[in-house]
Amino acid sequence: MTLTVDTLTEWMNNFTAKIELNQQFLSDLDTPIGDGDHGFNMNRGMQAVTQKLTEKPASLMAALKQIAMTLISTVGGASGPLYGTAFLEMAKKSDTIDDLGELLEAGLAGLEKRGGAKPGDKTMVDVWAALVPAVKSHDLTESKITAAVEATKDLVAKKGRASYLGERSKGHVDPGSQSSGYLFEALLETKGLL
Amino acid sequence: MKKIINDPVNVVREMVAGMVRSYPQYLTKIPETNAVMRADRNSLAGKVGIVSGGGSGHEPTHAGFVGQGMLSAAVCGEVFTSPTPDQIYAAIKAVDQGQGVFLVVKNYSGDVMNFDMAKDLAQMDGIKVKSIVVDDDIAVENSTFTQGRRGVAGTVFMHKVLGAAAQSGASLDEVATLAQKVLPCIKTIAVALSAATNPETGKPGFVLSDDEIEFGVGIHSEPGYRRETIKPAKELVAELVKQLDKQMQLSAQKKYAVLVNGMGATPLMEQYIFSNDLLDKLQEYQIEPVFMKIGNYMTSLDMAGISLTLFELQDTQWLDYLQAPTKTIAW
Repeated sequence: MTLTVDTLTEWMNNFTAKIELNQQFLSDLDTPIGDGDHGFNMNRGMQAVTQKLTEKPASLMAALKQIAMTLISTVGGASGPLYGTAFLEMAKKSDTIDDLGELLEAGLAGLEKRGGAKPGDKTMVDVWAALVPAVKSHDLTESKITAAVEATKDLVAKKGRASYLGERSKGHVDPGSQSSGYLFEALLETKGLL
Repeated sequence: MKKIINDPVNVVREMVAGMVRSYPQYLTKIPETNAVMRADRNSLAGKVGIVSGGGSGHEPTHAGFVGQGMLSAAVCGEVFTSPTPDQIYAAIKAVDQGQGVFLVVKNYSGDVMNFDMAKDLAQMDGIKVKSIVVDDDIAVENSTFTQGRRGVAGTVFMHKVLGAAAQSGASLDEVATLAQKVLPCIKTIAVALSAATNPETGKPGFVLSDDEIEFGVGIHSEPGYRRETIKPAKELVAELVKQLDKQMQLSAQKKYAVLVNGMGATPLMEQYIFSNDLLDKLQEYQIEPVFMKIGNYMTSLDMAGISLTLFELQDTQWLDYLQAPTKTIAW
């Protein structure tokens, strides 16, 4: 499960394709509980990431750092700093480690630190916390991803814009969790990584 | 919506260009950003940098307070939207003199997260950065933009005190300690007569009928704590002072600085009437403010309304900092 510049690039390209395909769906998810732009923001950010990665970065660390910087400067809102932090923490860790599971674990720690959210708060942390251990134990599956994303539906939001709705946030899948679900699906589709 | 603009998409870029071109003696733009820094770079030499910023629409905050004796740089986000971390980071890098940089952040979730991220980026590159999150608004515990109390007009006092301390040669740790001490002594509350109209959406943030006012609104037209019919200025003063007294236990034994702040569409005439009544009201507590500012300092685009900030001066040096000279557009 060694992450390389090439597998990272393929993973990101797969992620971009999924975001592009589902940008309207992600923004629709965001409409009742947020401000309705998550899909468009993520698409703008990932298009920029894909564009940057066409020129091959010199190292895994350089690649992860470039992804982080591109996301924070183009996505905006809260998703920009959150995804940006996840990749930045992975970049820091990649100085000494290239194991995908351990890198993702550092990314999750970064997400928790930046947003102050814990599992159960109805944020993307729920999906990462459920799936990073699956990556580490080599049994990430499509159905686990779907289950992790769907599980956010019946939670009451405790963090982020949706938290102001309290009980009314129930019944909606968290948009950040859905986009994170695509990130893990993109991993499954990346050859020779898991 | 009637506004003197070109394209709503370009309002921030064109505003920054207008400020920098009109006041080149104070401001210069940091390339590739909507951030501005002091034109007088010599005044930064050897000092801790003070950087603030946030969404635009609060002018003269933040760029109007950039200059000798106050902020080193300010980062202008889109209207009512936090600037991105790369822009904040560019400002930190531009003003760092090796003594470190202190960030003044208002308590809005987006601002807190983006400034935090910029801090991490700067620290990765070996720049010493510390920060404070200002939450001076006593109106509501939570709002539609924050968790916890909002950061509003009192932030301007924080800018002035920290800016003067940095100018006098305070270290980064000293600035951070000062900020922590000052923070609980600054409290603000507002009343609105009408909402702001965001040029990008073209719509007001809320609708009040002709004779309605709302106590406790935030600086982005977030809801307050009570709606009533319009009252004479004296009664508005009484309500706002009562709320501040509850939080601060006003006392003749203490010294206070006062900021009467127009929200963007409130004439100075009304602000001075308010101030006149305020001084009467404070006399009932046997309080004579030792420092006063009246004017538009932290606005909300074209919102009509006023905010009142009291700053309990627990240390005589804080008054010296407030009175220290500045070279800025708006202080």
